[in-house]
Order: sequence, then structure tokens, then C-alpha cells
Amino acid sequence: MSAQNNSGLQPPNTSAAPAPSRFRSGMMGRLLTPGLVVILVAIIAAMIYGATGGAARREAWYTVLLFVGLASSLNILLGYTGYVSFGHIVFFGFGGYIGFFAIYQLGWNLLPASLLGGAAAALLALGLGLAILRLRGAYFALATIGINEAMKALVINIPALGGPNGMVLNFGIYASYGGAAQAQWTVYWATAVLTLMVVLTSYIVKKSKFGLGLMAIREDEDAAEVMGVVAPRAKTWAYVISALFPGILGVLFFFKASNIEPAAAFNLNRSIELLVMVMLGGQGTVLGPILGAGGYQLLRTTLLTSDLALFGLKIKDIQLAVAGLLLLIIVLFIPVGFIGWLRSRSTRLRRWLE
Amino acid sequence: MILEVKNVTKVFGGLTAVNDVSFDLEEGQILGLIGPNGAGKTTLFNCINGIYPLTKGSVIFRGQQLNGLPTYKVADLGLARTHQIVRPLNELTVRENVMVGACFGRKNMGLGQATEVADEVLAFVGLDKRAGLLANSLNVAQKKRLEMARALAAQPYLLLLDEVLAGLNPTEVTGMVDTIRKIREQGITIIMIEHIMHAVMNVSDRVIVLNYGTLIAEGTPAEVQGNQEVIEAYLGDPDLAERLLEEERG
Ligand SMILES: Nc1ncnc2c1ncn2[C@@H]1O[C@H](COP(=O)(O)OP(=O)(O)O)[C@@H](O)[C@H]1O
Ligand SMILES: [Mg+2]
Repeated sequence: MSAQNNSGLQPPNTSAAPAPSRFRSGMMGRLLTPGLVVILVAIIAAMIYGATGGAARREAWYTVLLFVGLASSLNILLGYTGYVSFGHIVFFGFGGYIGFFAIYQLGWNLLPASLLGGAAAALLALGLGLAILRLRGAYFALATIGINEAMKALVINIPALGGPNGMVLNFGIYASYGGAAQAQWTVYWATAVLTLMVVLTSYIVKKSKFGLGLMAIREDEDAAEVMGVVAPRAKTWAYVISALFPGILGVLFFFKASNIEPAAAFNLNRSIELLVMVMLGGQGTVLGPILGAGGYQLLRTTLLTSDLALFGLKIKDIQLAVAGLLLLIIVLFIPVGFIGWLRSRSTRLRRWLE
Repeated sequence: MILEVKNVTKVFGGLTAVNDVSFDLEEGQILGLIGPNGAGKTTLFNCINGIYPLTKGSVIFRGQQLNGLPTYKVADLGLARTHQIVRPLNELTVRENVMVGACFGRKNMGLGQATEVADEVLAFVGLDKRAGLLANSLNVAQKKRLEMARALAAQPYLLLLDEVLAGLNPTEVTGMVDTIRKIREQGITIIMIEHIMHAVMNVSDRVIVLNYGTLIAEGTPAEVQGNQEVIEAYLGDPDLAERLLEEERG
């Protein structure tokens, strides 16, 4: 019948031209926004600044870029899809282990080993996604913690991965990367470029039909499915994408550190800090995790290197206390995070703050 | 037949919310679904579009069995619905809400086309001026329109409307009834659950009546309105009985 050939629902006055819309100019027009410029400038500026002040500055900004990448990847799951993961670091650790193993035992080069680590993390997410993405809310969050701890216990019991002691690279291995100093620079640039790729991916996802489906799931998963969003598939893809990059970043990180061990690879504290970074900057925005991770990481470095004492007591792991306090403040007062708050304040700013 | 509902039964624990309900629906018609509160109307919708698995019976939509299909599959086949208790995607804009319907409904549109369709549909339901606002900023009447716009943007063959007139003032009701007629003119088949009798009787080609989960009457609006069993069913719901009687008087 006629519904079949219906070309589109017309408003009563079909003679009027359709109102111009900000999406009309096609895919490129949709992607090229002032907000993208801000994002690119932020990352590239950080990348260059970190590279132009010697080894100490490079080290500080390496961790900033690393956490921007990790937080932005978490944001695809947490911010867009609305699934809170306390165990995101498992992909960093697992990918790191697989890649490290390839370098250490199989003699692979860093590049293929990194890609292997990413693929391993993505595959892990694919398997996990099918199993635990059916859980909602707190159940999912708890499952992610369980997986991180289970993975740590598993690795401790695998002798080939070095058991509880992990693995240590022979320093000579850096020779084929132009020496240890050069290898550090290589990892810095690789991480910087990868972080740029994570952020671009995050941006493209947000602007895509896929991203619209994820955000619909975040707002009301059942209603989204009633409208036709294939939530199980979309969630799984979101999980896989958000796991891929931490896997690669993990290989680079542990290669740079020249050793890997279970406690460092599957560190739940890091996972919680990632959550703080995303929520501090603004979950569901692209710029939020960048600023959140950058700000938090710089603060963290300051706290770690200063002799801060409270009532004469030196507080161990003070950055974690600060993280907890920050999380409390965000959840209580600005649940949308810094960028989310700015966006809600001004429509004019919204174009610039994606 | 666009829809064949055969012996559909839904039991919750010990409660039979829908009891052996059967009816057919011809393409292009508007079917009114009435009955007192708690009669099982919404549950019947939930059985049709796959939110609940059926305890017994089957639903056939355009020749295809829907039993056991997830809701997104049902949407893909061209069946869209609204929710009695509105479910806006709060932190998305009104336009984006409607785009979700367009992007993931029967036509699986790309973002560009979905935007155009969303703007058309929003103009059609009178929400075009609010397209850029967040959905949670709308009032209830507007949220009902948004539910309808999302469903329409999917360009479905069959549209299930669950009390879209409830809570609207008389002017809004008239406007909405007008909209529903226009939707039918597009060739979309409609089942509407409604409490406002004159509206349902005015706009429906046929009416079915549920009471305690059982289908107690079926026919043209005039036939159903004169049915003794229907009037008695509504007497169990004093509020509605009064309204029904009032309408008969005046
Ligand atoms: N998910 C559910 N679990 C248990 N009982 C339910 C559920 N949904 C509806 N019911 C019950 O089924 C009956 C019919 O409800 P409903 O379909 O909402 O009625 P109506 O839409 O006609 O007002 C009511 O008694 C209601 O309490
Ligand atoms: Mg109901």
C-alpha cells in the first residue's frame, strides 16, 4: 500500500522549502567544526610542548598524553554509552602483557607487538562484551572490577608471563631502536600520535550515526531498542573500540619502562583515576577527558613531587586522596563535569567545546 | 491483514494481564483500543512489539511471526510505538531524539537524511521551534508530541499510540486528533489506546474493548458504544463511566 512508497512524511505545507539545518552539508560538513579545531590544537600543542623542553618535561607530558588517550578511550564507553567501568585498565594491562611477551619471548619489533597488544585487548573486550554487557548499572561496574582482578590473578599464575615477578627486558634490546634515549623519544611520539588518534576516533564516533545510537542507549536503553537501536551490537563495538587503544598504549608504556608486573599492569587505582579524569572534564564530551586527564595528571605530578604534609604527617598516596575528594565534589556539584558545565552555560561556547 | 493477533495471553506471576486476545487489523485503518485502567491495554502493546515474551499465542505482522523477536528487530520491520509514560532521551536535543527514530527505524537512514526527516516531522507535530533544545526541557504535552515524532520519523507501516491524548487540554486534543488523521492519510495503520471517548470514537474505523485482559467487544464505534457489557465494564471505573455517560447524554 501507499506506506510502502512513502517518500517521507511531509508537513502540511509541503510547498515551503525545508528549514536549513546544521547537518545539511554532508559528512565532511558535519565533521569540520570549530570544536574539532580546539581539540586538535589542544593535543598538538601538548605534544609539541612536551617535546621541546628536555627529558624531564618529556616525561611529564608523556604521562599527560598517555592519560588523555586512556581517559578518552574510556569516555567512549562511559560518556557516550553510559556504562561505568571501574576496570578499564585491564585492557592496558592485558594488551601490555601480550605485546611485552611478543617482544621479550618472541623477539618481535615494537610496532607489530603494539598492534598485537591492541588486537588482544580488543578481542578480550569482544569476548567480555558478549558476557557482561547484558548487565546494567552497578552490576556491570562490579563485573569490570572482577575481571581486572581475575586477570591479575591469572597472569600471576602463568609462568610464561613471568608469574608474580613479571618480565624484565634486557637493556640491550634498545640498541635496535637507536639506544635507550632514542627509544624513549620513539615511545613519546608514538604515544602522542596514538592519543591524537584516540581523540579523533572519539570525535568521529560522537558525530556519527553509531554515536547517536550509543547516546540513545545511554539515555534509555529500552527506549532506544524500541526505536530500533541494536543495543547489544552497538555496546559491544563501543567496548571493543574503547579497549583497542589502551592495549596499544600499554605495550608502549611497558616497553618504555622495560619491565612489566601484574600489580603495575592491573592497577585498580589507575582505573579509578581514569574515571575521575573523565568525570572531572565532562563525560560524553570529546574535550572533557582531554582537559580532565591533563589537569589531573599535572596536579598529580605536582603532588607527587612536592613535600606536601598535613598536620605534620606525610600522606602516602596523597594523589588518591585528592582523586577521591575530586570525585566527590564532581558527583555532588558538577555531575556533568567542567566542559559539560561550560556547555550548559552558553550556547555560543557550545560550538567550540565539543 | 497488516497485523494478526492470535490468542495472545500474558501472565505475570498469578495475574493474567492479557487473556486469549485475538483480532485482525486491516492496512490503512485506525483501530481504537479502549478499556478501564489496568485492563491490559499497554501490556498488549508490549506483547505486540516484543517488550514482553508471550505466555501463549502469536503475533503476525505483515506475514511475519514476531514471537521472540527483540524490540529492535520489530522496529526494523516497520512497527513503531509511543510510550504511555513518556521516555524522552533527556540529554539529547529534541531533533536528535527524532533522528534516532529515523536512523534506526524501518528506513535505516543516514544522518543527513535523518536530519531532514526529523525537521519535517517536528514541523508536522508542531515542535519545530524546539528542535535545538534538550528533550528534558519540554513539558509533558510536548514530550507526548516528541514520542509521536520519534515514532513517525521511523516511517513505520504500523504505529501504536499509547494514550497520546492523556493530560492534554481540549485545544491540544483537537490538534492531536487532527495530526492522527493526517498520519493515516500518509497510509500508516494505527492502533490507538485512548481514554478520551469522543476522540477515539471520532477517529477510529473500528474499536476493540479490553476488560480484565479479555476482549469483550469489537466493532464500529457506534456498535461498541451501545454495547451493554462495555458500559458495565466502565462502571467498574467510576471516573470513566461518568465521562462515558456524560458523552452519551450530550
Ligand atoms: N511488568 C509487569 N509485571 C507485573 N504486572 C504487570 C506488569 N505490567 C502490567 N502489569 C499488570 O497488568 C495489568 C494490566 O496493566 P496495563 O497493561 O498497564 O493496563 P492498562 O494499560 O490497560 O491500564 C495491571 O494489573 C498491571 O498491574
Ligand atoms: Mg496503559
